[in-house]
Amino acid sequence: MDSNYQDRIPNNVDLGSNRTLQRALEHWQPEFLNWWHGLGPSDFNANDIYLRTAISVDTKGWATFGYVKMPEYRWGIFLAQPEADRRIGFGDHYGQPAWQQIPGEHRSTLRRLIVTQGDTEPASVEQQRLLGHTAPSLYDMRNLFQVNVEEGRHLWAMVYLLHAYFGRDGREEAEELLERHSGDADKPRILSTFNEPISDWLSFYMFTYFTDRDGKFQLKSLAESSFDPLSRTCRFMLTEEAHHMFVGDTGIGRVIKRTIEVMKELGTDDPVSVRKAGAIDLPTVQKYLNFWFSSSLDLFGGDSSSNAASYFANGLKGRPDEEKYEDHLAVGQSYTLELPDGKGGVRQEQIPMRNAMNEVVRESYVRDCEKGLARWNKLLEDAGYPHRMFLPSVRFRRTVGSWAGIPTDLNGKPISAEEFAAHETEWLPTEGDRAYVHSLMKGVFERGKMAGWIAPPERGINTQTTDFEYVKLH
Amino acid sequence: MPDVMEKQMVLFDAAPESYRHWKLKVDGRVATLLMDVNEDAGLRPGYKLKLNSYDLGVDIELQDALQRIRFEHPEAACVVISSAKERMFCAGANIYMLGLSSHGWKVNFCKFTNETRNGMEDSSRNDGLKSLAALNGTTAGGGYELALACDEILLVDDRSSAVSLPETPLLGVLPGTGGLTRVVDKRKVRRDLADLFCTNADGVKGERAKQWGLVDEIAAPARFGALVAERAQALAAGSTRSAGAKGIKLNPLKRNIDDSGYRYEHVNVGFDRGARAATLNVSGPRGTQPRNGNEIHAAGDSWWPLAMARELDDAILMLRTNEPELGLLLLKTEGDATAVLTNDALMVANGEDWLVRETIGMLRRTFGRLDVSSRSLFALIEPGSCFAGTLFELALAADRSYMLAAAEDEATLPKIALSEMNFGLLPMVNGSGRLAARFHGQAPKLEELRKLSGQKLDAEAAIETGLVTVAPDDLDWEDEIRIAIEERVSLSPDALTGMEASLRFGGAENLLTKIFGRLSAWQNWVFIRPNATGEQGALKVFGKGSKAKFDWERV
Repeated sequence: MDSNYQDRIPNNVDLGSNRTLQRALEHWQPEFLNWWHGLGPSDFNANDIYLRTAISVDTKGWATFGYVKMPEYRWGIFLAQPEADRRIGFGDHYGQPAWQQIPGEHRSTLRRLIVTQGDTEPASVEQQRLLGHTAPSLYDMRNLFQVNVEEGRHLWAMVYLLHAYFGRDGREEAEELLERHSGDADKPRILSTFNEPISDWLSFYMFTYFTDRDGKFQLKSLAESSFDPLSRTCRFMLTEEAHHMFVGDTGIGRVIKRTIEVMKELGTDDPVSVRKAGAIDLPTVQKYLNFWFSSSLDLFGGDSSSNAASYFANGLKGRPDEEKYEDHLAVGQSYTLELPDGKGGVRQEQIPMRNAMNEVVRESYVRDCEKGLARWNKLLEDAGYPHRMFLPSVRFRRTVGSWAGIPTDLNGKPISAEEFAAHETEWLPTEGDRAYVHSLMKGVFERGKMAGWIAPPERGINTQTTDFEYVKLH
Repeated sequence: MPDVMEKQMVLFDAAPESYRHWKLKVDGRVATLLMDVNEDAGLRPGYKLKLNSYDLGVDIELQDALQRIRFEHPEAACVVISSAKERMFCAGANIYMLGLSSHGWKVNFCKFTNETRNGMEDSSRNDGLKSLAALNGTTAGGGYELALACDEILLVDDRSSAVSLPETPLLGVLPGTGGLTRVVDKRKVRRDLADLFCTNADGVKGERAKQWGLVDEIAAPARFGALVAERAQALAAGSTRSAGAKGIKLNPLKRNIDDSGYRYEHVNVGFDRGARAATLNVSGPRGTQPRNGNEIHAAGDSWWPLAMARELDDAILMLRTNEPELGLLLLKTEGDATAVLTNDALMVANGEDWLVRETIGMLRRTFGRLDVSSRSLFALIEPGSCFAGTLFELALAADRSYMLAAAEDEATLPKIALSEMNFGLLPMVNGSGRLAARFHGQAPKLEELRKLSGQKLDAEAAIETGLVTVAPDDLDWEDEIRIAIEERVSLSPDALTGMEASLRFGGAENLLTKIFGRLSAWQNWVFIRPNATGEQGALKVFGKGSKAKFDWERV
């Protein structure tokens, strides 16, 4: 029994000897596979794909490569190694031993946090289900599927927590995670960003760069949680999440690199000429970036938030890298928010630090986003082009928080709705832009070949060459 | 903060053209009220009305909208209450507003909110105006209490939206504005399931909400609109409101406010701050009055019973909210008793007319508001008064009544009179008429009184029949009244509130008296306990990122 479980569901949670959990997961696993077949990647489920599978949490085991058919992927349950005598690192319980079981009083809040996080994992798989057909290379197709199976594993991780710690309610919530579907008007995913289909690869790269990075910061916040199993689960998920952002970071970089090559060949950066040559002009890349950055910012929640304050106070969700902060209580401190003054200007308001936790995390996120920008701009700089990519203001095009619905320019200056409308086509992808990007989306399935709008990667996966047969299509 | 915040006078005026929080649309038999709270338009500074949460200002508009539907749109037989926000019906009363409010403000706010919800049930039961809650998203706390007041509750089943009463687990208070009582008494939810429901801040969604009886029907978003339309039509079909009825316009009240009181056309409120009392003087009909249904409709909102009721209602609300220290209301009337009785007869004869029916409803709810006002009520029956029929309800509502018994000029001595209006048409919230309640439902006594209906009774007869409390003569009158007032206002206001409420509602309890009693006792007790409103109390610290500290002793 023991080895059988270890085999089917690699784990480090002693699944073999926990009958309750076995029963729950045995019931859930067929439903998960049904879901995968119905709403996971369309087609390609019979193909061998060069995937990374986690079979243990040590340095050797967490990245085991080999050909796998996706439905046979061994979605495992892994928690980072326990830290001896781990203590609560923030909030009102600071310094007390971390919780190995859920305190009853925080049960429903923790369940909600886990469900909200868990809901995004299958949602993104659903959003990306048609992308395989238009992959710009086998390398990219493999990366897509790697991301997909790992999002599936992250779903497992959250389902494990629901099954193991939340009793009947947890099992029901786990089933609901498969019942809600991205973009289904009748049973949508919880967060609206996860209900938009991702139908082109530029969006996919933007999603993995910006939206998955939100995921990273949420996971980092939850990794600080006093509830130790949640903390350990999230810490391990973060090792995998890094690859997703790598896909986005290098993907956008490769698009820009290819555009630079085309601009050089043509001797012009004129968008029309660039498009004629089959690449994506830089203004269009910038518009996609503006769109995805702003929608990802919304995922952090309101800028003054009673929920965030209570999560912090109760030790449920902390700040990423909490140990970097000097004061872990955040009592009696304030944070200055910049808010619309209702008269077209900006005013400042001091709010208690604990209520500003979403904003604190959002700030770290923005700093993290800047890193990719620096790399992409280095490409432009090295090629001798003065053009630079940039992040728009955090006030731009928000639908959550104090700036929701307040029109601003890219620098965050409040403007009239008319002015916004007049510039919208310069700032955000137009129907025409999307149609153009879509026109480029044709699958390139020959080993080592690359679509004309994207440069090849610098190196392959797991020391393989870039022309390695990452997906066996025949 | 509460003091500064509450000093500014609250007016209960609203009109659909200037709603900030609701959208009212009437389409044939169905009126739709969409909640769309403007978060920056709170009645007081210091909080934002996020997520369709409400404060008194939001509820004033709701009350107004219901009044408009009752009178301006009599063809509408069902009101659908829903939200204009996506995936959010209503998050309930605004917690920050409650946290900033004084005890009195909270109590008044809850009371008004409760009366508006009771009024919806009253209109459904008596006047055929049905209501349907179309919960298109998250429905929490007072949002669900609003739904509970409707005849039917529909919940969208999008796998996320739940109904909840999170007051106890989240805020350390009660869903006391009808929530707890209606879940068991009205919805007939099993008490153990109700216990689970009321302690789970996340609430219950979808199929289970239906199974438990928390909602009547669920539907996926794609079908939800059709289900709402279908149920609204079905409710409308069972209504007694007539599709052909033509509404009247409710014009703004004519009201002057100054330091000495509020003056309306038929109601006059005079403050005596030194005595901590106010005189509430209601005038009877003056001049030519309508004699039939057509003339009543032609008079519209200037028809005396309706105009008087609207003014009296407003005066009671204004006094409650703005003059908390005026603890004793001296109820007086002036005018021609015969004109009141004639008008009563007209109302009884035209009871099938929608406008008459709605006007009686308005009178019923207005006197009901007086019953549950935490003010001592003394009726003073003096020369020139017209405590007859409908206006005699004021004397019946009073905690005691004084009637002048003898004077040099016998002709000026006041008379009282009963009419059919006193025999069950204007019941208190407990369902019993004030006259019946006064005599604990003794049938022979009521039969005897019925025989006197229409007769003018002097003080001797009034004392004899038990219709008034004390009948001093003119030599004693002034001193007797002065001493009664001085004595009354010297007593503890809290004890008086409890004592009066206990004595006013004799006899059997019903849903509404239970809600009112529990709101007054349990909720208001919880509100003043440190576990809710102490510096570390749950309500005080909510949203500030610190945890409530409870005194664990059960009391």
